[in-house]
Amino acid sequence: MFKDSLFKYFAIFCTSIGLIVLALLLFDIFSKGLTRIDWDFITNLPSRRPERAGILTALFGMMWIVTLTILIACPIGIAAAVYLEEYSSKNRFAKFIEINISNLAGVPSIIYGILGLEVFVRLLKLGNSVLAGSLTLSLLVLPVIIVATREAIKSVPNSLREASIGLGATPWQTIQRIVLPACFGSILTGIILAISRAVGETAPLIVVGALVYVPFVPQTPMDQFTVLPIQIFNWTSRPQHGFVVNAAAGIIILLLFVFLLNSIAIILRNRHNKRVKY
Amino acid sequence: MQKIKEKSIEAFLILCASITVFTTLGIIVILSIETFQFFREVSVFEFFTGTEWTPLFAIKKYGILPLVAGTLLTTLIAIAVALPLGLTIAVYLNEYADQRLKAVIKPLLEILAAIPTVVYGFFALTFVTPVLQKIIPSLSGFNALSAGLVMGVMIIPYVSSLSEDALSAVPKSLREAAYGMGSTRLQTAFKVMLPAASSGVIVSVILAISRAIGETMIVAVAAGQEPKFTFNPLQSIETITTYIVQVSMGDVPQNSLEFRSIFAAGITLFGLTFILNNISYWMKQKYQQKYE
Repeated sequence: MFKDSLFKYFAIFCTSIGLIVLALLLFDIFSKGLTRIDWDFITNLPSRRPERAGILTALFGMMWIVTLTILIACPIGIAAAVYLEEYSSKNRFAKFIEINISNLAGVPSIIYGILGLEVFVRLLKLGNSVLAGSLTLSLLVLPVIIVATREAIKSVPNSLREASIGLGATPWQTIQRIVLPACFGSILTGIILAISRAVGETAPLIVVGALVYVPFVPQTPMDQFTVLPIQIFNWTSRPQHGFVVNAAAGIIILLLFVFLLNSIAIILRNRHNKRVKY
Repeated sequence: MQKIKEKSIEAFLILCASITVFTTLGIIVILSIETFQFFREVSVFEFFTGTEWTPLFAIKKYGILPLVAGTLLTTLIAIAVALPLGLTIAVYLNEYADQRLKAVIKPLLEILAAIPTVVYGFFALTFVTPVLQKIIPSLSGFNALSAGLVMGVMIIPYVSSLSEDALSAVPKSLREAAYGMGSTRLQTAFKVMLPAASSGVIVSVILAISRAIGETMIVAVAAGQEPKFTFNPLQSIETITTYIVQVSMGDVPQNSLEFRSIFAAGITLFGLTFILNNISYWMKQKYQQKYE
């Protein structure tokens, strides 16, 4: 029994290490950066002087990237999931795609960057544009959306489908009007998690050539861009103390987005789990 | 008319599903072609056995081992943190903690995996390294140790959550039988539950390793950019991923040999993670069959 309680306290200690590090990280970043955040920091363009630099272009770049990524990745991801769950009758092709998706989910994000650099930037000649960056991130978040949507579709009971088909609806009508609306909440959760992933992603965008210094806000999908994590990376790697403070302030803004998105996802998931009881 | 519509929708859906296959194919084809070009100028033997990596210097040497060593070193440190912690947490949540506590702790720990990695890089460089330097004065400003430690904390939830899922999937009868035979909680947890869930636990660890190998921003910020063939964690090193970032941020002319070296580095990285992912997928299939 002694060993038993000894392990218990050791385990509580282990669990708290993770949480303590999390708390330390947040405390460290807030104590370094919180006082730096003001309206100017958000609306200023990047600058050589740390006290005048701001994150306006990075914020707009992020909005552009996230919006385009979701517009591209959602239809494709949901369509792929619908095919795998509703059409493919567990044939070899479906099995192959399944293995493939699980593999893609484990490919390091920087490899997607290399793919994007070759295919979108150089082959399709999109240059270091918002569009090239978004296409790259779309491929990256596609497995996230597909897996979430598949889980969502699986949760829809067969009786609904059978009732719809029995009333004379075609397979697509059943999917479009019965299955997808029934599991929309869960799909949305997956999409939000994909957005959260895209917001924090840095490495692939560096490889496709997102710039460090962009003195203007992107106006079209073909413009060059930077995003918040890249701005933070750049500030972190500079020697002057002022830029470290800027990096911490940028991180606070970035974390606000990430935590907000994740909380929405959790709330949606809980509400959905409560509401739907087939 | 209706039939044509249905068929064309199905064709569109198949096309979307195929995009994932094209992505994999694209990665393999692109890395292979560029690496092939690279190996027309650099010998394969030198690449895999050379202990110097200096493509950006005047005297260019292309031995990948320093980058591989850097990658393995940070991964090793990370796993040394995440495996014992993650596994203990998984056992604790599954065997000891009550449901309400588990429902709070699990999502809290998963926050660790949601934080963008550039944030961890900042934390490692500006907080962990200075603190460690007070204990180990010889620690250099960029080092594998603090990057690896922070990365280890980041991947705790990969190990703990997936292992906990595996433990939860073990049939209740096994645990009840163990208690019935008079085992203590600890004995039940480590002699019955953990062995029964072992393949799931191994899958979680493999995924965590694969994640650590491919991790970029933490090491790019905090571990340095000096490719060294060393396993000394106190020094500045360079990982495969950092090298790719370094070249992408510099102004290396495209189509030059230096530029192509990122594809050779990339295929090494892809190969490592590809093997690990396939092993874990294969193990997952096997272990799901066992209890269903």
